Amino acid sequence: MPEATISHPQEVSRADGPGGALVRVQDAHKVYTRGSERIDVLLGVNLDVPRGDFLALMGPSGSGKTTLLNLLAGLDRPSQGVVEIGGERIDRMGEGQLAHWRSRHVGFVFQLYNLLPTLTAERNVELPLLLTHLSASERKSHVATALAVVGLADRGKHYPRQLSGGQEQRVAIARAIVGDPTLLLCDEPTGDLDRKSEEEILDLLQALNREHHKTIIMVTHNQHAAARARRIVYLNKGQLQAEQIQ
Amino acid sequence: MKFLPLVWSNLRRKRVRTFFTLLSILVAFLLFGYLAAVRSAFDMGIQIAGVDRLVLTHKTSIILSLPLSYQDRIAAVPGVVDVANASWFGGIYQDPKNFFAQMAVDPERYLRLYPEFLLPEDQKKAWLADRTGAICGRYLADRYHWKIGDRIPLTASVWQKKNGSISWEFTLDGIYDGATKTTDTTQFLFHWKYLDESRVRRNGMVGWYIIRISPPDQAPQIVKRIDDLFANSDYETKTSTEKAFMQGFAKQVGNIGAIITAILSVVFFVILLVAGNTMMQSVRERITELAVLKTVGFPNGLILSLVLSESVVLAVLGGGLGLGLAWLLISIHGDPTRGALPIFFLPPGSAVIGVAFILLLGLATGAIPALQAMRLRVVEALRRG
Repeated sequence: MPEATISHPQEVSRADGPGGALVRVQDAHKVYTRGSERIDVLLGVNLDVPRGDFLALMGPSGSGKTTLLNLLAGLDRPSQGVVEIGGERIDRMGEGQLAHWRSRHVGFVFQLYNLLPTLTAERNVELPLLLTHLSASERKSHVATALAVVGLADRGKHYPRQLSGGQEQRVAIARAIVGDPTLLLCDEPTGDLDRKSEEEILDLLQALNREHHKTIIMVTHNQHAAARARRIVYLNKGQLQAEQIQ
Repeated sequence: MKFLPLVWSNLRRKRVRTFFTLLSILVAFLLFGYLAAVRSAFDMGIQIAGVDRLVLTHKTSIILSLPLSYQDRIAAVPGVVDVANASWFGGIYQDPKNFFAQMAVDPERYLRLYPEFLLPEDQKKAWLADRTGAICGRYLADRYHWKIGDRIPLTASVWQKKNGSISWEFTLDGIYDGATKTTDTTQFLFHWKYLDESRVRRNGMVGWYIIRISPPDQAPQIVKRIDDLFANSDYETKTSTEKAFMQGFAKQVGNIGAIITAILSVVFFVILLVAGNTMMQSVRERITELAVLKTVGFPNGLILSLVLSESVVLAVLGGGLGLGLAWLLISIHGDPTRGALPIFFLPPGSAVIGVAFILLLGLATGAIPALQAMRLRVVEALRRG
């Protein structure tokens, strides 16, 4: 695929954190309050993810996986601690800065695809590019490339309702990678798919990591899905408890 | 412009709902267009009233007659330049629904008093020479497809002929045009002498006088001089400027401006609720989608703008079509009362106010849902979705 859309990490001059980690989480806490009740979701998480890694984040429900993913995506801020991506302290950014940062650095894949039903696959994939200065023809070219990467070059004019679940998720992945983000974050990307579609999506993520050197962090309950990652970390009761390198 | 497909796709999400909301906005602005034309029709008579013209009527009521002998006495009052008389005929042309003003006048004097009635010289000559001749305005001629030489029968509702007949027939000798768009071209004018010689009663009487004065700023003094002249007579007079006369005439119908403002206020309030509800529902239905856009990196300001754009596009489409349709229908069909509102058009000023209302409606209906969308917290929205 063209370098214009998905670059190789070694060709990018982005500052990484100390030790070469693209993602660095230090002593991250997240506390929610519900009325007078205090809920500690994350209790001092430390995590380093080097550029080009494919990390699976596992753990039981309520362990804080999605909360951690939201912190890494800049969708939420830690109550305490440091979240640094590519050398930038995103925990210190304001909302406007975060939105801008997300548009340049994060591709997000949801469990339920979350495509806009009123837009065609092409238009869905184009969404992140609307925030750039690319011309219409440049956007079109990038969208075509991203759809080709996920194997849906011929489905651009289809609406989400005309696609299968697996195809919808592939369009969602195309949307996540079209802006060539620093980091691809996936929240249970195969959680709503049948076995065949699950395999296709996992193959695709693996290819993005191995062939296009995308850094991927994937939250999953599924051991089979996690097995495709290079590394698995387990989160329990708001703390990282174990790490498994494959 | 690149966000337009996104805005448009959201409006097409629930097509039936969007269609009915559009329709309600369209109807509201169609009504606005017509009511603005009605209001202007009432105001126009006042606005175009000659600054140097007075109207003299019987002190008690305009329906009471005055002697023709007053004409020379009025003409002799210092400050009076010219005088003409006119009398209401009130006949029926074919059907009582075919209402238009028919007046018996002194042709030469009347045309001198109303130079804005443009009558070709040959037609004027023909009319002056023809005792049963008449002229009419262009609007009236077009409405009934009259042409010069046509015989026009009117059935009198007041004036009986000496032979007992109530059927009056006139030859159309001329068709006058208006000097401006606001000139009344719905009048039908014929010789007072023909009326007076043929009718059974009230001979030698006229309906009212139109008086040209100079200088116009001396109007109060001249009015006093004229009315003093006829004080304590059998036919006391009430003289006023043409503008005041028109205002009084309009007030007889009621405070048109207030009535129209009240109607439009209710209509726009209802439309505000209808369109506002549509936008609120539309935003509620796509909380997750808005959260996705924010996740992708759409900033709060852009989210606000997108939702506001939707409501503005909705208002512009519906309101624009409504105003456009009002303008088109008014231009084609004119006065819907078939004669009661002789000057009937959508004034440009009202169209501009209409456009301002459209934008205001769009912004007002989108404001709350846009703020809600802007303040949406992504994490909570995704959890709810």
